[in-house]
Amino acid sequence: MSGMHDFTLASARDALKARKISAVELTNAHLDAIERLDGRLNSFITRTPDQARVAAKAADEVLAKGEGGALTGIPLGIKDLFCTNGVRTTAASKILGNFVPPYESTVTSNLLRDGAVFLGKLNLDEFAMGSANLTSAFGPVENPWKRNGSDAKLVPGGSSGGSAAAVAAGLVLGATGTDTGGSIRQPAAFTGIAGIKPTYGRCSRFGTIAFASSLDQAGPMARNLQDCAILLESMAGFDERDSTSVDTPVPNYEAALTRGVRGLRVGIPKEYHAPGMPAEIEALWQQGINWLKAAGAEIVDISLPHTKYGLPTYYIAALAEASSNLARYDGVRFGERVNGSSLDALYEATRAAGFGEEVKRRILIGTHVLSSGYYDAYYLRAQKVRTLIQRDFLSAYENVDVILTPTAPSGAFAQDEKPTDPVQMYLNDVFTVPASMAGVPALSVPAGLDAQGVPLGLQLIGKFFDEETLIAAGHVIEQAASFTHRPAIHAGVSA
Amino acid sequence: MSLDAKTVTRIARLARIGLEPGEVDALGKEMGSIIDWVEQLNEVDVTDVPPMIGTGLAKPRLREDRVTDGNRRDDVLSNAPDREGPFYTVPKVVE
Repeated sequence: MSGMHDFTLASARDALKARKISAVELTNAHLDAIERLDGRLNSFITRTPDQARVAAKAADEVLAKGEGGALTGIPLGIKDLFCTNGVRTTAASKILGNFVPPYESTVTSNLLRDGAVFLGKLNLDEFAMGSANLTSAFGPVENPWKRNGSDAKLVPGGSSGGSAAAVAAGLVLGATGTDTGGSIRQPAAFTGIAGIKPTYGRCSRFGTIAFASSLDQAGPMARNLQDCAILLESMAGFDERDSTSVDTPVPNYEAALTRGVRGLRVGIPKEYHAPGMPAEIEALWQQGINWLKAAGAEIVDISLPHTKYGLPTYYIAALAEASSNLARYDGVRFGERVNGSSLDALYEATRAAGFGEEVKRRILIGTHVLSSGYYDAYYLRAQKVRTLIQRDFLSAYENVDVILTPTAPSGAFAQDEKPTDPVQMYLNDVFTVPASMAGVPALSVPAGLDAQGVPLGLQLIGKFFDEETLIAAGHVIEQAASFTHRPAIHAGVSA
Repeated sequence: MSLDAKTVTRIARLARIGLEPGEVDALGKEMGSIIDWVEQLNEVDVTDVPPMIGTGLAKPRLREDRVTDGNRRDDVLSNAPDREGPFYTVPKVVE
């Protein structure tokens, strides 16, 4: 059944509707691939094969009647940050190691409404805090890509590293991710797939475990932008249970794919020429400029003067919010508990044992910047700088429609090359964080391989709620790059 | 600059995260280096700049004052690490 692993989400959907394949055989082929490859990749925390087979059978019954939604019978993976009714949801943390939500997140409800088949819950950095999927309490995820002539285990990026690896290896046809400062786009770039971080407020946050609520946004990850567009259309939409959800119609994103870029004004921000950036990333960026120009876009040099302050602003704002959000894990109402002689001793023992190092470090810094005497100097100042970062984008959009940059300052690095200095690790997100701070949508598309054979991505950043233009411009890059490479570890490759 | 042991201990107490004595120095160093790095925001002129609280895209809204969910006691208690009947348990708070 190797042909089963050549489908994109869109082509599988069409084959299912035409009854050329059944949902059961499609799901079984993917479950088999997980069985074969995921012992090694570790992209799943929880597999749900029995539920998947039941859902696939139901999908076939619906399809046989000529009915069904946009995703009927499509096997997906769900980042283990989305609450799934009756299925363990861990946030890759020991503290939620046995948490079984009695309700469904809005994003996953929407996907189920449209007929998707969930194969399980995907690994991530603990509470989505990390850029290499090395902080999960359930072990690191291996990137299915290899450097030429090397068997070194590469990181898949993070925090949606399990989602990225599972899609890249062909274990699922698409996955949900969440992006707080780059957690969809950077892993997508590291694994040669596409990912969209929508406008803040486009997808409901209800039932998604919170990291930094003013930044967290769910989005799709898949092999290409057509697949992402189909997923986003299902995931997006107004939800009265999220006070920051925006009540604006969900367009037909798939239809935007072939709009082209003729006459589109594409901004190139000079501040993204980061010192020390590898020459091949500079070259790929130039290649992207040439591709868009050749397709009829107009290239405009722009300035986003506060770019260099994006990361430090992010680490204050996000960590402050995280320290507040993660206060709920106290061992009383849900989650793991470590007993103590007093209530405070119980809290301290529970949180000391339940959280990993990176999460503790972030909670402590967040607590510090919010504490009396430091609030104005750190937190309030960061919120003001955030206003300036957003203004940079809003004034750029008076003159351009979309902005093109590299997604990350490097390709995937090896698990044992992890920087020991936390600040060095944070620099992975230097190009993705500013769009998150501003709340504008952005995506990453695979655009080429580096000299070592590892994928690199380009990022497009758009105007509020203009995901359609992003998808159209991204598709032009996709077509020009004709990225058809596959990773060394893939469901369609026999071992 | 490294945060001193007293500061780290005070922050950990506020965050209700128990630390082993051996962890304090290393954490002070790491947190200090992150704090030093974010100090670069002091270069930015923020005079008359309002703080950004959110993106401001969602309009505040009102809804009818009625119960939309509830009567789910067993669901709510289903993940309790320890309980007695319909109650969560905690160590004795009042002596």
